[in-house]
Amino acid sequence: MNKIVSTKALKRRYRKEKIFKGAAVFALLLAASFLVFFFSNMIGKGMSAFSQAEILVDVHYNEASVKSYRKAVDKPYRKIVSRGWLRTLPLYMEDNPEVMRTTRQEWVLATADVDQYLKGYTNRLKDKHKQQIDKLQEEGRVKLAFNTGFFTRGDSKMAELAGIKSAVIGSILVLLVTLAIALPIGVMTAIYLEEFAPDNRITQLVEVNINNLAAIPSILFGLLGLAIFINFFGVPRSSALVGGLTLALMTLPVIIITTRAALRAVPSSIREAAYGLGASRWQAVFHHVLPLAFPGILTGTIIGLAQAMGETAPLLVIGMMAYIPDAPTSFTDAATVLPAQIFTWAGESIRAYEERTAAAILVLVTILLSMNAFAIWLRKRFETRW
Amino acid sequence: MNISDAAFYFFITALPIAAVVGFLVRAKVQNAFNDTHWRSLPVHYAFYVGLFIVLPGAITFFFASALHLLTLYTADGFYVLVIAVLLSVLGSIYSLKNVRPTLCARESVERIIRYFLVVAALISILTTIGIVLAIVFEAIHFFKIVSLWEFLTGTHWAPDDATEGNTTGMFGSIPIFAGTFMITIIAMCVAVPVGILSAVYMSEYASERVRNIAKPALEILAGIPTVVYGFFAAITVSPLVVEFAEVVGLHADYTNALTPGLVMGIMIIPFISSLSDDVIRAVPRSLRDASLALGTTNSETIIKIVLPTALPGIIAACLLGVSRALGETMIVVMAAGLRPNLTWNPLEGMTTVTVRIVDALTGDQAFNSPETLSAFGLGLVLLVITLMLNFISIYVTRRFRSQYE
Repeated sequence: MNKIVSTKALKRRYRKEKIFKGAAVFALLLAASFLVFFFSNMIGKGMSAFSQAEILVDVHYNEASVKSYRKAVDKPYRKIVSRGWLRTLPLYMEDNPEVMRTTRQEWVLATADVDQYLKGYTNRLKDKHKQQIDKLQEEGRVKLAFNTGFFTRGDSKMAELAGIKSAVIGSILVLLVTLAIALPIGVMTAIYLEEFAPDNRITQLVEVNINNLAAIPSILFGLLGLAIFINFFGVPRSSALVGGLTLALMTLPVIIITTRAALRAVPSSIREAAYGLGASRWQAVFHHVLPLAFPGILTGTIIGLAQAMGETAPLLVIGMMAYIPDAPTSFTDAATVLPAQIFTWAGESIRAYEERTAAAILVLVTILLSMNAFAIWLRKRFETRW
Repeated sequence: MNISDAAFYFFITALPIAAVVGFLVRAKVQNAFNDTHWRSLPVHYAFYVGLFIVLPGAITFFFASALHLLTLYTADGFYVLVIAVLLSVLGSIYSLKNVRPTLCARESVERIIRYFLVVAALISILTTIGIVLAIVFEAIHFFKIVSLWEFLTGTHWAPDDATEGNTTGMFGSIPIFAGTFMITIIAMCVAVPVGILSAVYMSEYASERVRNIAKPALEILAGIPTVVYGFFAAITVSPLVVEFAEVVGLHADYTNALTPGLVMGIMIIPFISSLSDDVIRAVPRSLRDASLALGTTNSETIIKIVLPTALPGIIAACLLGVSRALGETMIVVMAAGLRPNLTWNPLEGMTTVTVRIVDALTGDQAFNSPETLSAFGLGLVLLVITLMLNFISIYVTRRFRSQYE
């Protein structure tokens, strides 16, 4: 009797065990399936933006089309060839006088609606033009070519011309400022706290401070940037400089924390051996501890920069979501960054921007993941077990 | 000539000069090194002279720009440059005269470098103080216009209707905080169970191979920028939620609170799972073995022994997740509503603190208009809540840690 009851209880316990393990597996699978869903969704949305519709038409280079750029192509094509592209023609003719008074058959950029129609998305193309495109397609005069303009042009109000170049350059400038400020200050702070600071109240205060800094929501750094850098110090609004400064303050705790961990991982026997040979404290740190901790510091810096590169919220507050068609040339020019460009495009109502947003996301995520993968590889490659 | 140009000219000439003079000094000391007993190595004398050339000028520029920024006195860049060059020349003459065997050059150089390190460490404190001061200072301006009590207890938020003189009843923040907490709660309902259970699976059940795949995969989730989550929520998840609600027979807004909550929950999973994974793995092997030896199943050991032991760390991880969710901006800006709405229904549009901050600061309002300043009032409350959560999580881990070690 007793035995039967206990088997029943045992069965129940085993069943519970199975349920619990199942729930744990399910949780992990849920996270994994989200990852798969997310990436397939983004790739499905964004891949089509890497190709762009082009039409083979006769382009007339002559005085009439300098005066009125729409006359460069024959009338039936004027509604399906990108106006933004046509607008660049007079300047092109000015720079290349040898093309004047010639008519050349060229592949030219089509409007965003033609592009969307060819890709089978919703569009605002009139039936008349749809038939025209179908006919041209039969003649082989319409194609989807690789969208180089996406990487070589800045933002534009015309979807077919919009590209990520100015945002990428803005991101690079911002990251340069961030790196130039956060890396030296972060590493120096970490060296001081780990190797030189006496263990007193002030040191503890600094430590609590750094932990707090790491926990403050990113948008509050934007408020700091607005109130102090822009209003108090007068740094130009929406410039790469103010963006870099703000992000540097955010990256600082990441670099400090990882550098301290890397310094702490160097065993004290290294320092003691240096002291034993007559080295001063600074010599021990600079000649022996720092080189050994260097891979760890580099890893932390790359991870911190990747975080800064994906950050948007504080940059919105300091005005870095401006419309920037041309790449910024200096640190004080108005600039935008890749995540902010994604944000502005996501707010556009035209369908053609949606695929560009997804494509920009693919570019951003690829950059960030390769930065993180490189950091992990560095850590694995140079990891020393003492 | 303004001060920054002057500083640029100074450094672009002083740094190469310092380097060249440093090399010359090193060569000179090197030549005489074997004749007499020198207190330091040649390179230390070089650094000694180099620092004495650059630092006096650098300090001059630091003070000049500090005076300028504090709007006390703006000096003409040319005169500052003259003073800087003069001081640097004096410094170089002084230091070059000092280069002799009895000079303890290394000690001087190391002392100066140490000051640099202290200054760097102070900057990190200044940042925190700067954030607090900047926000508090502007928030005080705001609370001069709107009373704190009204701000914290009012249920109506309409900053667009507020004018210079009339702000009564326009700045009640309760609906905004209600939206924030609603979205945070939804996010935590997703993140806490999934995060803890995946941590349990990875640390207790998974083989080394599965772990090596699952952990980086979760870290990828943490590496995706929030603006990307926001786009995903607005374009993909929100229509799904609306469709699903229609199937069930409910009406959902496109800017419902459920969408950002769900996506934010997914974003927070890796924070909770990786921190929980660490504390669960830190539970001593002996506790598990003792429990298993008494005949418990794996799940009983985990629920009754491992998780209670790791609980302080797990709670700290969850609190960190909550503070992330409260301060998260891009997901809610892109997927949640703009209209403050006091409701229990997560399918209606709601707004959050961070949305209102962004909205108030990206408009074309003047900087000292009540609406712009309200962003700092909201920011202050957000800062206070975040810091409190952080202190609680530090306290919990300190107080209950090492009980079993």
